[in-house]
Amino acid sequence: MALEKPYSDIPGTVIFDADQARKGYHLNQFCMSLMKPDNRTRFKRDERAYVDEWPMSEDQKRGVLARDYNRMIELGGNIYFLAKLFSTDGKSFQYTAATMTGMTQEAYATMMLNGGRSPEGNRCVGETSARAGCEKEGK
Amino acid sequence: MARITAGVATSHVPAIGAALDNGRSAEPYWKPLFAGYEFSKQWVSRQKPDVAVLVYNDHASAFSLDIVPTFAIGCSAAFQPADEGWGPRPVPVVEGHPELASHIAQSVIQQDFDLTIINRMDVDHGLTVPMSLMFGQPERWPIRVIPLAVNVVLFPPPSGRRCFELGKAIRRAVDSFDEDLNVQVWGTGGMSHQLQGPRAGLINKEWDNRWLDRLIDDPDALAQMPHIEYLREAGSEGVELVMWLIMRGALDAKVRTVHRFYHVPASNTAVGHVILENGS
Repeated sequence: MALEKPYSDIPGTVIFDADQARKGYHLNQFCMSLMKPDNRTRFKRDERAYVDEWPMSEDQKRGVLARDYNRMIELGGNIYFLAKLFSTDGKSFQYTAATMTGMTQEAYATMMLNGGRSPEGNRCVGETSARAGCEKEGK
Repeated sequence: MARITAGVATSHVPAIGAALDNGRSAEPYWKPLFAGYEFSKQWVSRQKPDVAVLVYNDHASAFSLDIVPTFAIGCSAAFQPADEGWGPRPVPVVEGHPELASHIAQSVIQQDFDLTIINRMDVDHGLTVPMSLMFGQPERWPIRVIPLAVNVVLFPPPSGRRCFELGKAIRRAVDSFDEDLNVQVWGTGGMSHQLQGPRAGLINKEWDNRWLDRLIDDPDALAQMPHIEYLREAGSEGVELVMWLIMRGALDAKVRTVHRFYHVPASNTAVGHVILENGS
């Protein structure tokens, strides 16, 4: 029996579950390696050569080189691991989050100052009003 | 005898640590946030706790995907601030309490909670940001800390119910420790936030505040909330809130709320903070 995933209908969201973690193992471990200053230096010197040291898929490597965070997450990356990558670039969580929403940095920062993104209509795909259509069960 | 006197809960946003470390806490963006902790710093200096059992989650700093413990307790004498990709935070070493930590480990394992024992571990912003919020920037932290790391990164985290019950088991463990210690339990993380994907930036102020009400007055029922509600209502990272239930479980059924604070935003996150004292 397949794992129950009541969260698969949450829009714009990938839950880092066992399946994602399996897909993203090497991508995430590559990110962890950037916690060491020597590795950060080597990565910055030649990014392609450094990612080639890791048994990632070519799609994952392209995602890293392009800093395409939505793509990396789709391919099994987790945001706290990916944080080592954007920290190596000197970028913040807010910068990176904004790039994933398709909004400009300024528009995203303004949205946060105004109280953030509303949950209304964002709880599940097809949510009409007040969670009427969202599955509430599951663990 | 050791006794648990109070619980502290707070969000642990990394940008808060960066603001403090880079001398930006008086800037208009950060000032209201730090103002919410002024009372807390005075309160904790009056309370003079000896030890905090500090419930937090590691953010891929001490634990890679090689080993992912659901609950892990730090039993060492010292924990270094982790290098999370931009160098370690310039904060003091965190001093542990190996005797009480080992006692808690043994006691709660015998109460059916299979904790992982950690004897070497660096601690990241999840632990050090709450320390900074409560103590500012001292040369040395005025408290010893037992890190209790909870997996909330790899889904599923432990259930709210399991966390609440673990808090009760920790309470029994501390109550049976012979040394005379003033112990606090801290729960950290949350509140509503999502750091990834097109839905990033989700904040749910009404839900957060209702959740805080229930944490204080109706924690037993709150502990039944399934993960899916956290994910839908409080964002993919909002599920960190289950850690606050460990803190709450370690306190009396009825508590005094001595401080409550809520602020949006800190970077991508809604910041919540409560201080609860055991009543009796």
